[in-house]
Amino acid sequence: MNAPLQGHTASNLNTTEALLSVDHVSLEYRTPERVVRATHQVSFEIDPADRFVLLGPSGCGKSTLLKAVAGFIKPCEGEIRLVGQKVEQPGPDRIVVFQEFDQLPPWKTVKQNVMFPLLASKTLKRREAEERALYYLDKVGLSAFADAYPHTLSGGMKARVAIARALAMQPKILLMDEPFAALDALTRRKMQEELLLLWEEVRFTLLFVTHSIEEALVVGNRILLLSPHPGRVRAEIHSHQYDLHSLGGVEFQASARRIHRLLFDETPEAETELDFADIRIAY
Amino acid sequence: MRQEYEITLQPLPGVPVERALPLRQRLWQQGWLRKGLILIVLALLWEAAARYQNNDLLLPSFLQTFHAFYDGIASGELLGKVSISLVVLLKGYLIGIVLAFALTTLAVSTQMGRDLLSTLTSMFNPLPAIALLPLALLWFGLGQNSLIFVLVHSVLWALALNTYSGFMGVSETLRMAGRNYGLKGMRFVLFILIPAALPSILAGLKIGWAFAWRTLIAAELVFGATSGKGGLGWYIFQNRNELYTDKVFAGLAVVILIGLLVENLVFDTLERVTVKRWGMQR
Repeated sequence: MNAPLQGHTASNLNTTEALLSVDHVSLEYRTPERVVRATHQVSFEIDPADRFVLLGPSGCGKSTLLKAVAGFIKPCEGEIRLVGQKVEQPGPDRIVVFQEFDQLPPWKTVKQNVMFPLLASKTLKRREAEERALYYLDKVGLSAFADAYPHTLSGGMKARVAIARALAMQPKILLMDEPFAALDALTRRKMQEELLLLWEEVRFTLLFVTHSIEEALVVGNRILLLSPHPGRVRAEIHSHQYDLHSLGGVEFQASARRIHRLLFDETPEAETELDFADIRIAY
Repeated sequence: MRQEYEITLQPLPGVPVERALPLRQRLWQQGWLRKGLILIVLALLWEAAARYQNNDLLLPSFLQTFHAFYDGIASGELLGKVSISLVVLLKGYLIGIVLAFALTTLAVSTQMGRDLLSTLTSMFNPLPAIALLPLALLWFGLGQNSLIFVLVHSVLWALALNTYSGFMGVSETLRMAGRNYGLKGMRFVLFILIPAALPSILAGLKIGWAFAWRTLIAAELVFGATSGKGGLGWYIFQNRNELYTDKVFAGLAVVILIGLLVENLVFDTLERVTVKRWGMQR
């Protein structure tokens, strides 16, 4: 049932078509006293229209990995390539949706927020940017709030604006860093549903970071499990068969248990270091 | 065991969802009304104290001051002085702002700039601008330029310090979002840092304005008509020499009035259409 994977490589061996390839990437970050290794030689590949999830306990370097893909952090080892091109710096072809609500500049209205990256990166002229902003605001159901300022919106609405803003850029890959973690459980469930509906419609490529097994199974079609501190690839698991309706189903539960076992059980010495409170198994 | 139940909700019958506040409460929410009331009370206290004191030379009453003020305005003398002072003030203020932004932009982009700003600010910020006036007179001679020099000094450090701390307070997420869209250098400062740090920048502008105004009046008082024609400080100084105490008070009242006007009209409006509207400040 749990066939061992060859080395650290992801199961997809068709290298020519990969949209994003992360090749033996090690990441380190600096604190005033020491250099900490966040991930160690992580490799995976993402194909177009994948909903690829990075899943692991806190401290496994999944957010750092996403920031490296975004170009904010340089790998100290290995290489990240987007459509064959090495990632060197942040760019508008990889738009990030952050967890924090303050990712929306408060001095811009909802519409101006969605237009902002289009204008800042000089992708479109003002009028075309406005048209596209309104189109994607309609997609996330916020047309009525186009002229509202972010501070007047609820958390879920802010997350929707951030998603509309990212989609409006039509990036090669959409990077989401625990985008729903700061939302309440009901809103989170709704946002997951809406994200899947949007994907059905637009078929964007998604790299999604989460620490919730359930969210990973629902949102993703492929899940990469990372071991805790430093993050190394533990397994890749398919989850395309699940959506919000499979919650609580027998197979869904079995997959969740399998992931749980992979993350915690098999390395006994790691288990003692783990803080179980860090991991959200269910909402 | 208690019974479960469900209720089908009917539209609310006749309960208003929102209602207007009574007139008195709405009036009380008007800031200008409350502040105006405070001013009237202060004027009344002043009038009472002056009448009790009964010495025009030491403390002219509110009404006497008002007459002197009115005459000064009517004859155009006071307005002329005000315009001389304001022109010098605005020049110094604007140059100070430009320099402050140049310094802070340098400070956010390079380590050397950061060190330069922090060293210069800790050196010069505690130095009273007026203490530099003798030096300024030596360098720039008797004229507007020495006044502008001390004004720039009084605005620059306060504003630079506030702007810089505002830039430092911009959240990491917002910075990353900006860089994500390919913003760099000057465009990054212009489109991300300045609007995000606007509450601190506005506070710096206010402090800078007060410092500049204070410095200018003091400089004019001490060095009188250095700029050929005297401004408001010179007006106060001259009238004290001639013991027109009511005119001295009128001059002081003008200083206060301009301060109130700028604070309440210019800065309040600026805050209302920016940081308050954006929910960055209550």
